[in-house]
Amino acid sequence: MAITLSASDVPGAPLSARLTPAQVWGIVLLTPYLLVFLAFVVYPVGYGLWLARQPSSYVTLYHDPIFARAAVNTLIFLVIGINIKMLIALFLSGFFVVQRAWIKWLSVLFILPWAVPSIPTILSVRFMLNPEWGVINTLIFKFTGEDGPNWLNDPAVALTMAIAVHIWKSLPFWTLILITGRLAISHDLFEAAEVDGATWWQKFRYITWPSMQTLYVTCTLLSMIWTLGDFNSVYLLTGGGPADLTHVLATLGIRYLRLDQLSLAMASIVCALPFVLPLVYFMMKRLSR
Amino acid sequence: MKPATLRLPGLRLPTLRDVGTEARLLLIGIPVFIWTMVPIYHMFLFAISPKEDAFSGKLWPDHPTLHNFEIVFREQHYFLRDFYIQFWNSLVIAVAVGALTLFVATAAAFSISRLRVPGGRLVMNLALFTYFIPAAFLAVPMYRTMGNYGLLNNHWALILAMVTIASPYAIWVLKQASDKLPVELDEAAIMDGATTLQIFRLVYIPLMMPSLVAIGTYAILLAWNEYLYAFLLLSNDTEITLPVALGNFLAADDSPWELLMTTGFIYALPPAAIYYAFKRYMVGGLTAGAVKS
Repeated sequence: MAITLSASDVPGAPLSARLTPAQVWGIVLLTPYLLVFLAFVVYPVGYGLWLARQPSSYVTLYHDPIFARAAVNTLIFLVIGINIKMLIALFLSGFFVVQRAWIKWLSVLFILPWAVPSIPTILSVRFMLNPEWGVINTLIFKFTGEDGPNWLNDPAVALTMAIAVHIWKSLPFWTLILITGRLAISHDLFEAAEVDGATWWQKFRYITWPSMQTLYVTCTLLSMIWTLGDFNSVYLLTGGGPADLTHVLATLGIRYLRLDQLSLAMASIVCALPFVLPLVYFMMKRLSR
Repeated sequence: MKPATLRLPGLRLPTLRDVGTEARLLLIGIPVFIWTMVPIYHMFLFAISPKEDAFSGKLWPDHPTLHNFEIVFREQHYFLRDFYIQFWNSLVIAVAVGALTLFVATAAAFSISRLRVPGGRLVMNLALFTYFIPAAFLAVPMYRTMGNYGLLNNHWALILAMVTIASPYAIWVLKQASDKLPVELDEAAIMDGATTLQIFRLVYIPLMMPSLVAIGTYAILLAWNEYLYAFLLLSNDTEITLPVALGNFLAADDSPWELLMTTGFIYALPPAAIYYAFKRYMVGGLTAGAVKS
């Protein structure tokens, strides 16, 4: 590469003369992505920001109780839901690295929620929770003779269920990542600790955690950013209901879009940007090294 | 775990401590198994149950049947009248997204990593930035953009949107992988008089095969599984993909659950099969990128 680069150092030459054939090819090969990026990222984002330019949209949003509720729900989803998920993933990654034939088989099955599409499985959960016909309330009735709760009609329960569905779906992925992190820790350290008679907790506290902490924090932040865009878990389970009380920002934007309130849809997204962009910036710093 | 006493291989009896450890592992393993399988098993149970049996709450239907599959495959229900064409739409779109993403991302990764094109790093960062913007946030402006381009209700709208979403990660993973290939390979090829395209075709592509398989699979699965964009960008019954059709089942109050679950089961099989078939590549290729921290 050093040979091909030297020609480009000549200043003042016309652009075509300064580029080596390799660099011309480089530009040609980069063009398809640049076109995709310009047409389907730059233009939509610019257009969206332009749509969200009127201050009146933000005033309307501010007075819309559904928006406030959606913002709170999103925070609950991210702060509580993701942290619970990541703690379980951290715990299970320790379980799955244990060498047993049956655990190996279990880990193959454990990936299923991530490997299958979310639509049928979320709808399956939705049917299980159906108050009249769902299997959960049928079983409750069978064993207690009493009617089960109307699961998705209570906003708090419905949101909890949406979080549970989200965890069900994405737990395998994060567990897998954390397993890779655990496997990277040198086994000698654990053997030495074993000899010294360290307890389970001490091994975790002084060996596992220090080497996994960066990975764990990165994963948590990444999961938070992505969960902001988790439309399916809420939309397919509760549809934002009852009474639009379980919306998150991802479904709220689509709700405004469906109501033909495009500027509100964009404004609600723009409101989330001050929280998203620092996270994105942080992640980019971490990953683009 | 260390054996407490040394006995002949294969004859070691479990000690009390072994039993305790095993019990604790099972105490974690069994709930994990149930938690993972319940929604999937529930779906499967619906698919093999006759309509009357499906709601009984039994663990196994009294009369398991494949009748629901027959109804789906013969399109014998109002909701299923376009099943084959919707399946075909899903397939075509997924394959097109896989192929286009591979093309766009491989070219870009080669250009950035091997040819070190000026500005390559900036493009990489812009792509990464897109990768981190939640897809649902981009959906609203994307919907309007496709409208402006006159692509709504056209398969190209979904294909291009999915390529946009899939390529940043694809480029990033491929760039990481190609950075690991030794520079000497390219230098040797240049010495032998190879042109840039020959290096790309004869040196780069063969060496990158495992990552390319992983990325192709990733893009195909992403497109096959996508609901939100498909539901926004496509709406005619003969244009939509299967997940949108599944979502439409919910529009009716008396939607036939057993048929919805059967169709969902059929829809979920190909990605699961692909995932397990390519697991080796998927886990190696995809987590290698995500773990770097």
